[in-house]
Amino acid sequence: MTLLSVENLTVAFPGRRGTVNAIENVSLSISPGEILGMVGESGAGKSMTGAAIIGLIEPPGRIAEGRILLDGQRIDTLRPEEMRRIRGRQIGAIFQDPLTSLNPVLTVGEQLIETIQTHLKLSHSEARERAIDWLRRVGIPAPEARIDTYPHQYSGGMRQRVVIALALCAEPRLVIADEPTTALDVSVQAQIIALLRRLARETGVAVILVTHDMGVIAETADRVAVMYAGRIVEIGQVADVLKNPRHPYTSGLMASIPRIGPRPEVLPQIEGAMPRPGNRPEGCAFAPRCPHPVERCTRVRPALEGTATASVACHLTEEVPA
Amino acid sequence: MTAPTLSRAFDSDIAWSFRHSWTARISSLLLIILFAAALFAPMLANQNPYDISQLNLLDSELPPAWAEGGDPRYLLGTDQQARDVYSSILYGLRLSLLVGFASVALAAAVGISLGLLGGFVGGLVDGAIMRVADILLSFPAILVALLVNGIARGILPPDRHAEAAIWVLILAIGLTNWVQYARTVRGSTMVERQKEYVQAARINGVSGMGIMINHILPNVLGPVLVIATINLGMAVLTEATLSFLGVGMPATQPSLGTLIRIGNEYLFSGIWWVVIFPSVVLVVLVLAVNLMGDWLRDVLNPKLR
Amino acid sequence: MLGFLIRRIIQSVFVMLAVALIAFMMFRFMGDPVNSMVAENATTEERDAVRARLGLDQPLWMQYGRFVGRAAQGDFGLSWRNARPVSTLLAERFPATAELVLVAAGLSLLLGIPLGILTALRPNSFSAQTLQFLSLIGISLPTFVTGILLILVFSVWLGWLPSFGRGEVVDIGWWSTGFLTLSGLKALVLPSVMLCLFQLTLIMRLVRAEMMEVLRTDYIKFARARGLPSRSINFRHALRNTLIPVITIFGLQLGGLIAFAIITETVFQWPGMGALFIQAVSFGDVPVMAAYLVLVSLIFVVINTTVDLLYAVLDPRLRVDSPRGAH
Repeated sequence: MTLLSVENLTVAFPGRRGTVNAIENVSLSISPGEILGMVGESGAGKSMTGAAIIGLIEPPGRIAEGRILLDGQRIDTLRPEEMRRIRGRQIGAIFQDPLTSLNPVLTVGEQLIETIQTHLKLSHSEARERAIDWLRRVGIPAPEARIDTYPHQYSGGMRQRVVIALALCAEPRLVIADEPTTALDVSVQAQIIALLRRLARETGVAVILVTHDMGVIAETADRVAVMYAGRIVEIGQVADVLKNPRHPYTSGLMASIPRIGPRPEVLPQIEGAMPRPGNRPEGCAFAPRCPHPVERCTRVRPALEGTATASVACHLTEEVPA
Repeated sequence: MTAPTLSRAFDSDIAWSFRHSWTARISSLLLIILFAAALFAPMLANQNPYDISQLNLLDSELPPAWAEGGDPRYLLGTDQQARDVYSSILYGLRLSLLVGFASVALAAAVGISLGLLGGFVGGLVDGAIMRVADILLSFPAILVALLVNGIARGILPPDRHAEAAIWVLILAIGLTNWVQYARTVRGSTMVERQKEYVQAARINGVSGMGIMINHILPNVLGPVLVIATINLGMAVLTEATLSFLGVGMPATQPSLGTLIRIGNEYLFSGIWWVVIFPSVVLVVLVLAVNLMGDWLRDVLNPKLR
Repeated sequence: MLGFLIRRIIQSVFVMLAVALIAFMMFRFMGDPVNSMVAENATTEERDAVRARLGLDQPLWMQYGRFVGRAAQGDFGLSWRNARPVSTLLAERFPATAELVLVAAGLSLLLGIPLGILTALRPNSFSAQTLQFLSLIGISLPTFVTGILLILVFSVWLGWLPSFGRGEVVDIGWWSTGFLTLSGLKALVLPSVMLCLFQLTLIMRLVRAEMMEVLRTDYIKFARARGLPSRSINFRHALRNTLIPVITIFGLQLGGLIAFAIITETVFQWPGMGALFIQAVSFGDVPVMAAYLVLVSLIFVVINTTVDLLYAVLDPRLRVDSPRGAH
């Protein structure tokens, strides 16, 4: 059973020097209750994929190719007003920076109640009850009192809990969490990740967890999609990918996770920089940084191939089937 | 989120350079024409509008040359005293620009000196200068200029008002606009004061002031130029406003503002050309200076916005 | 909040004392009042007697103290020009200026805010681009030129509206109002349009810039991602954040309106305080200048304090006494 599927999605930005593709030919799917990690460097197209799913690509960007299906229904062609009803109700979003995601001049309660009443037929007092309940569920102490306070009266971690409550309060079935812990203190990050995992289990909401941190993926996600230069280069079960990364970029990302235990002198890093959109090479975009490139890599772009559960886009794996 | 920022950068780059060169070219062309007209006014004018012997009262209130009843000798028509509007504008422009440049120079001199002093000495002196600056800034410039003007007029005997008018104007406008220079120069001075060569000079018993001025002035030249250009527009406008209000240049020695005031008095006789043409020249002048200032600000110092 | 208010009031008192010092210096050092009080051939003794009677032989700070005391009661002495009490002159002129400035301020807000919102929400539409262009012209035109053009078109050529004076006014106590007669209202149109035009363009551009800035923020994007209707996003979420800085600037600009009323009053021969001030400036009439300066400063100070308080009411982050959350 598939909740959401993205098929061959390409998002294009027309500019004066021609059209630039922010993401190209991205395909993925997610089942109810599943946590799908999306990992990659900044600029790889993870956030753009999320923005496309929720229908909030900033103009002049647009979906040039592909489809997005929710319960088998296309949602990428919906009219703005229909898509608005889906946002928050079917698909929620958690933003990166809790300090800037909340409106400073409205109380936490006003923001929650408005979101609830937009999507659910509830009276103001019922919506308020529900808002208090959600604040309690995300771990805000004394929610009856805190609901009438303003965002600036919360700490960063507490604000991110409020953001999570706002994203989930109309009970969407899918939530896109875009780097939900990046802006937080390290000590708070683990708490927020644990909270997300717990809420996903309790409510059965599916989560697309966008991050650049392989460690977070390893802890939280069921499956992982690795993105590089606007494309998915590897996708599969987290356990398999971690144990046996098949794309050299995935291996590179894995090697850069700091581990407990004997510490290497230098944390290994992938040499070079990811090519910018509009500046991508003809062949494999990773070829210039790849530790073992073959001749074909600079000429032919490898396709994402494999089984239903695990795919990779690399010429090396084609020659030596796993 | 790389792609959107990237494409925006492409767009704006081209848009910026296009727009900039465009406004900059047009406004600089206009300014060159206006400055030249002011500079060579005696050669370009048909008559000296201040010289009563050249005026022929029979030619008064003539409309522009192309209108019905116009006289080809008077391109933009004549006023009540038979003065050629075109010639009056040239001479008026000359006075307006003279007051503008002189007051900008005064403001820059006062501002730079006070900024250097405050930044270098610090403490009480600096505090006093900056408080005065704050108070000045909290009042509209036109009010301050009017007040300085009024005080000067109160001190001078009434029969000297007309001949002193130009100096009073320069003083009033100059003393109103020094604050921005002072703030900019003071900031640079404070940064510079912390640097090693100044500390070294101090330890060696040299004041460091001389060395600093040599270092600071080149640094602040860009911002000061931008402020001066924007101020020139404001100064020309303030002069015109004061003259229009009747407390600027006298009717015997009219600037653009005075011409507009005189024209305004005859508005109901239907002789619109006496008021419209000086107004157009004033608007074009101020607009060109402002566009030039905006462009300079973008090119020289994006931070000044 | 109370502490904040007290601090603001103390600051304001200091500003007013500084302004009073300037006014006092004008009195003290411009012209010798004794000359106007004694006969041409007065002896030194007679002059000294007058000097002592006026308190001019006392130390400066005492004279300043007495000046402040009198000024606080509205006593600025007689106008040098027509020998009437300055306070009476100003009181006669005050309603005209107040009505003009209030109408202009109201117009600029009433038109400027909606136009700014319109141009921010549809920045690429034809009407928005046209408005942007017109506002550029509005900001570059000297105000008195705008006034002359208005008179030329609407009074001279079309003959629709009067170009000078207040029309018929009705006295209510010491206040004279032009709001109650048709001719009074008609007389108000052109001056208030001229006075508000610059403010209007300023407010429109400010609202537009602020609103576009706010619409780009994360909290607006997050509100969109929660599926809130665009009406709520634009007018509940974005507009509030937009108007907070606009109020501050408007407060400062209100002072500007009073200053620019001087020009409007000259163009339209409007019998207000500004016209009185211009006469005082051209004749060097110190008592009137000084009193105008003090009165206008007082209005500025009151407006600025009100704006600061309003700001604190509107922006929850600035409510000083709000309880801090757990960290």
